[in-house]
Amino acid sequence: MKRYFPYLKEYKWQCILGPLSKWIEAALELLVPLVMANIIDVGVAERASIGYVLAGGGVMLAMGAVGFVCALFCQRSASIVSQGFGTNVRNALFRHINTLSYRELDKLGASSLVTRTVNDVNQMQSAVAMIIRLVVRAPFIAVGSVVLCLVIDWQIGLLVAAASVGVGVVLWLIMHKTVPYYAKNQQKLDRLTQIAGENLEGARVVRAFSTREKERARFDGAAQDMLDNSLKIGKISAFLNPLTYAIVNFGVALILLWSGFKVNAGALTGGEIVALINYMAQILNAMIVISNLVSLFTKAHASMNRVSEVFDTRSSIADGAGAQCDLSAPAVRLENVSFSYAGTKQYSLENISLTVPRGATVGIIGGTGSGKSTLVNLLPRLYDASEGKVEIFGRDVRDYAVRDLRFLFGMVPQNAALFSGTVRSNLLWGKADATDEEIAAALRVACADGFVAEKGGPDQPVAESGRNFSGGQRQRLTIARAVIGRPAILILDDSCSALDFATDAKVRANIASLEGVTTIIVSQRASSIRGADAIFVLEDGRVAGAGRHEELYRTCGLYREICDSQERAAQ
Amino acid sequence: MKKRNEKKALRKGIVRRLLGYVRPYKGYVVGAALFSVLYVGFTLVGPVLYGFAIDNMVGAGQVDFAAVYRMVGGFALCVLLAALSQKLLGNCVNSLCYKLVRDLRREAFEKLTDVRIRYVDSHAQGDVIARVVNDVDILSDGLLQGAAQLFTGVMTIAVTLVVMFVINYIIALVVVVLTPLSLFVASSITKRTFKSFSMQVKVQGRLAAHAKEMIGGQKTVILFNEEEESCRRFEKIDAELYEIGWRAQYFSALTNPSTRFVNAVITAFVCVLGAVFCVLSRGGDLVLGALTLSGFTVGMLSVFLSYTNQYTKPLNEISGVVTQLQNAFASAARVFEVIDEEGERRGGSAHIERVRGEIRIEDACFSYDPARPLIEHFHLDVKAGSKVAIVGPTGCGKTTLINLLMRFYDLRSGAIYVDGVNAADIPLDEYRKLFGMVLQESFLAGETVAWNIAYGREDASRGQIEAAAKAAYCDFFIRNLPDGYDTVLTSNANLSQGERQLLCIARVMLADPPMLILDEATSNIDTMTEMRIQKAFRKIMQGRTSFIVAHRLSTILDADVILVMNDGSVIEQGTHAELMEKRGFYYNLYNSQFAR
Repeated sequence: MKRYFPYLKEYKWQCILGPLSKWIEAALELLVPLVMANIIDVGVAERASIGYVLAGGGVMLAMGAVGFVCALFCQRSASIVSQGFGTNVRNALFRHINTLSYRELDKLGASSLVTRTVNDVNQMQSAVAMIIRLVVRAPFIAVGSVVLCLVIDWQIGLLVAAASVGVGVVLWLIMHKTVPYYAKNQQKLDRLTQIAGENLEGARVVRAFSTREKERARFDGAAQDMLDNSLKIGKISAFLNPLTYAIVNFGVALILLWSGFKVNAGALTGGEIVALINYMAQILNAMIVISNLVSLFTKAHASMNRVSEVFDTRSSIADGAGAQCDLSAPAVRLENVSFSYAGTKQYSLENISLTVPRGATVGIIGGTGSGKSTLVNLLPRLYDASEGKVEIFGRDVRDYAVRDLRFLFGMVPQNAALFSGTVRSNLLWGKADATDEEIAAALRVACADGFVAEKGGPDQPVAESGRNFSGGQRQRLTIARAVIGRPAILILDDSCSALDFATDAKVRANIASLEGVTTIIVSQRASSIRGADAIFVLEDGRVAGAGRHEELYRTCGLYREICDSQERAAQ
Repeated sequence: MKKRNEKKALRKGIVRRLLGYVRPYKGYVVGAALFSVLYVGFTLVGPVLYGFAIDNMVGAGQVDFAAVYRMVGGFALCVLLAALSQKLLGNCVNSLCYKLVRDLRREAFEKLTDVRIRYVDSHAQGDVIARVVNDVDILSDGLLQGAAQLFTGVMTIAVTLVVMFVINYIIALVVVVLTPLSLFVASSITKRTFKSFSMQVKVQGRLAAHAKEMIGGQKTVILFNEEEESCRRFEKIDAELYEIGWRAQYFSALTNPSTRFVNAVITAFVCVLGAVFCVLSRGGDLVLGALTLSGFTVGMLSVFLSYTNQYTKPLNEISGVVTQLQNAFASAARVFEVIDEEGERRGGSAHIERVRGEIRIEDACFSYDPARPLIEHFHLDVKAGSKVAIVGPTGCGKTTLINLLMRFYDLRSGAIYVDGVNAADIPLDEYRKLFGMVLQESFLAGETVAWNIAYGREDASRGQIEAAAKAAYCDFFIRNLPDGYDTVLTSNANLSQGERQLLCIARVMLADPPMLILDEATSNIDTMTEMRIQKAFRKIMQGRTSFIVAHRLSTILDADVILVMNDGSVIEQGTHAELMEKRGFYYNLYNSQFAR
C-alpha cells in the first residue's frame, strides 16, 4: 500500500483538509438531534417560548449551511485527489509496462495488462475517493450516535449499541453468504458469453450441420444455471433490508418501553426520546454505508494487488554499456546458444552455433515449434539467451544499449501489428523523419504501392490493427515499415504467408536488390528460401542441417521431406 | 416535436412488448404490488403509533402505562409485518426480474441461431454478444427494480402526505411547498452530471482504446523503439481525462450533500413550526387567529420528523430512477433489434431420396452490395462424384462461391440444382446436411473433443467417434491430451491450427454427408500435419462430389473441373490440360503460383 502514497503527494493538503471538513459536517449533523431535543424540552416544555424555539431553528439552519459548505469542499477535494491519483498511477503503470520485455509480456498477457491499466486503476481511484469522502464520516456518525445516546442515558445507550452490533452482524453475514454466489455468477455469465460468441464465430458451422436445436439447448441450460444462481443470491440478499429494519425498529420499541419508566421516574424527557429515536435511524444509514465501503475496499484491494504485481515485474533485459558495432564483423554469430522460455532445462533452442556474414541472405526453415521464431527473437535481444553468446556485428548483444541494438534491425514478426492512424504514420515508426520519396520507395519494395495508391495514397486511414486491410496487404505494409529505415539486418519471420507465390517472390527479389542489407528469412515454404546464400534447417530446437539448397537437398533428410511434400506433384 | 412523439410511440411499443414477456409471471406482479402496499402501509403506521406512545409519557408520574404498552405493542407488530412484506416483495421482484432475464436471453439467442449469415458477417460480434448478455441485465435492472422503486416511492409519498395533512395541514403544506426545492436541486445536479459523465465516458473510451491497441501490439512497440511516443500519447489523453474526470466526479458527488442540506432545511422548518404549535396549543386546541385546529403534541412532532425523512428519500431517488429507465429503454430497443432480425427462409417441399451428387448452377447472379455486381450469369455443371478445384489469387471470391453453395447467402437470380431439384425448394436444414464443410478457420466449440467430433451426429457412440478420429488421423494426438477424448477445448490452448482442422475433418467424416466443401490451409501448418490433412482429405473425398479451394498442385492436377476465379467471378473453367492449352489467366497463374 505504501508504494502508492507518492502518487498522492501533490495533493497533500486536499488529503488532509478534505476529510477534516467532512468530519465537521458529520459532527454538526450529530448535534442536530440534541438541538431538537433542546427545542422540545426547553423551548416547548419548560419555557413555552416561541422566541427560544425560533432561535433553536436558526441554529439548526446555520449548522446545516455550514455543514453543506464543508461537504462541498470535501467532495471537491476528493474528486481532485482521486482523479489525480488515478492519473498518476495510470501513467506510471503504462510507463512501467513500456519498460517490460517480451518475457514479462508473455507472462502477464496483453489483455490482462489492459484490464489492469484501465479497470483496476479505476477501482483504486474510486477507493481513494471513498476514503476521503466516507471513511471519516460513516464510522464517526455510527460511533458518535452511540456515544451521544450513552450520554443522554447510559442504559438506553447500551441498548442502542447492542442494536447497532446486531445490524453489523446481519450485514456481515449476508455479505459473507453471498460472496461465493457472486463469484459463481461471473462464471455463469462468462459461459453465456462464450456460447453466444461461439454461435457468432461458428455461425457457418452451426448452420452447415443444422444444429440450431442443439445450440439452443446448450444455451438454455446455461441460462437456467444462471437463473438458479441469481435466485439464490436474491433470496439471501432480500433479507438485508427487512432484517436491519426490524432490528433497528424493535430497538426503538424497546427504547419506548424503557423510556416510559424513566419518564415516569422523571429521568428522561420527551425531547430526549425523539433524539434517541433519531440517532437510531442515523446509525442504520451509517452502517449500510460502511458495509458498502467494505465490499468496495475488498475489490479495490484485489485490484491494487493486481497492479502491484505489474509494478513488481522488472524487465529481464538489462541495458548494456553502449558498445559500438563493428561493421566489418559478421552480422550475426551464435555460439552454443540455448534458450528456454520458462527458465528450465526444457530448451526451445539447444546448443546452436551459426554465423551470418554481412550482406548475406539466409533462410531458416522447419516445422511449427522447431524454434525458428525463437531463434530470430534472440538477435535484437527480445529475449536473452539462457546459455551461450549472441553477437551482432562483432559485439555481444548484452554490450549494446538496447535502443542502439534495435535500431540496427528491421523486423517483420509473425502477426505483426499495424496501428490506427494512417499508412504514413505506421511507416514513420520505422524511420521518424522519412520523406515522401522514402515512403514511396519502401511501399514499392514491399509491393504495397499498388493497393495503397488504389486506396488514395499514404495518408489514408488505417483502422485499429489494420482491420481495413486484407491479411496480405497488412503483411506487405509491415514489410514496408521494416525496410523504410534501411536497417543493417532485416528479419522476415514468416511474413509472406498470406501472399500468393508470385507476390512473395517479387517482394523477395526487391529486398535482395537493397544494398548492404543482411536478410534473414524464416519460412514454412521451401520456395521462399530456396535461393538463399545459406539455409538452416531447424528441428526441435536444434540445427538439423545447414548449407545451400542443392547441398541440403542431397544431405538433409528433413529438408528433402519438406521440399517434397510441398511440390510433390511437380515431379 | 415530431421526433419526440416518435420516441414516445417507440417506448409505448417497447412497454407493450415487455408486458407480453411479463404475462406468464402475473402472480409475481400481483404479489409485488400487494406486498409493496402492505410494506408502505406498515412502515408509515409505525411512527404514528410511537408518536401516540410519546404523548402518553407526559412527565414524571404522568405516564399512562396501559396506553404505552398498547401503542408499543402495535408498533412492534407493524415493524414485524413491514419487514415480512418487504422480504416477500423482494422475493417477488427478484424472481420476476431473473426469470424475465432468462426468457429474453433465450429468445435473443434463439434468434442468433436463426439469423441470416449476412447479419453475422456485418455486425461486430462484441456488440451482438453485449446485446444478448449485458443489455438484458440493464433492461431488467432498470425496468423492474426501477418500476418497483417508483411504485413504492410514489405510494410512500402519497400516504405520508395524507397522514401529514390529517394530523396538521399547515405543517404539511409547508413540507409540500419546500419539496420542489429538493426536486429542483436533484434534477439540476443530475443534468450536469449526465453531461459531464458522457464526456468522461468518451475520453475514457479513447484512453482504453489506446491502451488496448498499444499494449496489444507492445511487442511491435518494443521492436521499433516506440515506447516513449506511446507513453507520451497515453499521458496526453490521461491529462484530458483528469480535467474532465474530476469535474464529473465532483458533480455526481454533489448529490448526497445537497439533498442532505435540503433535508436539513425541511427538518428545521418542521421542527420549529411543530415546536411553536406545541407551545401555542398547550393543554388544548391550537388556535391561530380565526383558525382552530386540534392540539399539536410532541408525539405528533416526532411523527412529522420521521415522515419528512421518509418522504424526501423517494423524491430524491426518482431522478435516479428516471435515468435508469432511460438506459433500460435504450437497452430494450437493442435487445429487440436482435429479436426482430430477419431469420433464414427454411421452408420448402422438395426432397431428394437418394443423393447422387450432381450439381448444376444455372444463370446465377449475386452480389453482396447491389451497387457492385459480383457474380453475373454464372453456369456450372458438376457430374456426380467429381472433384471441383477452385483456384485464383487472394481475395478473388472463392468464399463467395462457398457461401452460395451452402445457401448462406441467397442468389439474386438464377438457381442451383441438386440432382435436378431446385435447391431453393428443399428445406434449408435438409439441404445443408447434404454438404460437409471443412473451412480453413476451423471452428470448434469450447466443449470436449468427443462432443465436437459428434457435433453433426448426436446419436454417435463413443466407438463411432473414435473410429472417425482414427480415420482422420486425430486419434494419436487426442490420446496425448490431458483427458483424452474428454478434454475440454479452450480457445487458445491445447491444439495447433492443423490439429484443429483434422478434428473438423473427423467431424465431417462422422456426419458422412454426400457432398463436400473443403478449404485447404495456406500456411502455418507444419509438414507432418499438412501431409496428414491431405491424406485425410483424399480419403474423405472418395466417391463424393467435392468442391475444394486449392492451394496445391496435387489438388488441381487431378481435379475433374478447375474453376479459375478473379475479381469475384469465374473467368475460366475446365481441366488442367484444357486450361493450360488456352494459355489464358490460369496458364499465367499456374506458372507464377504453382510451378517452380
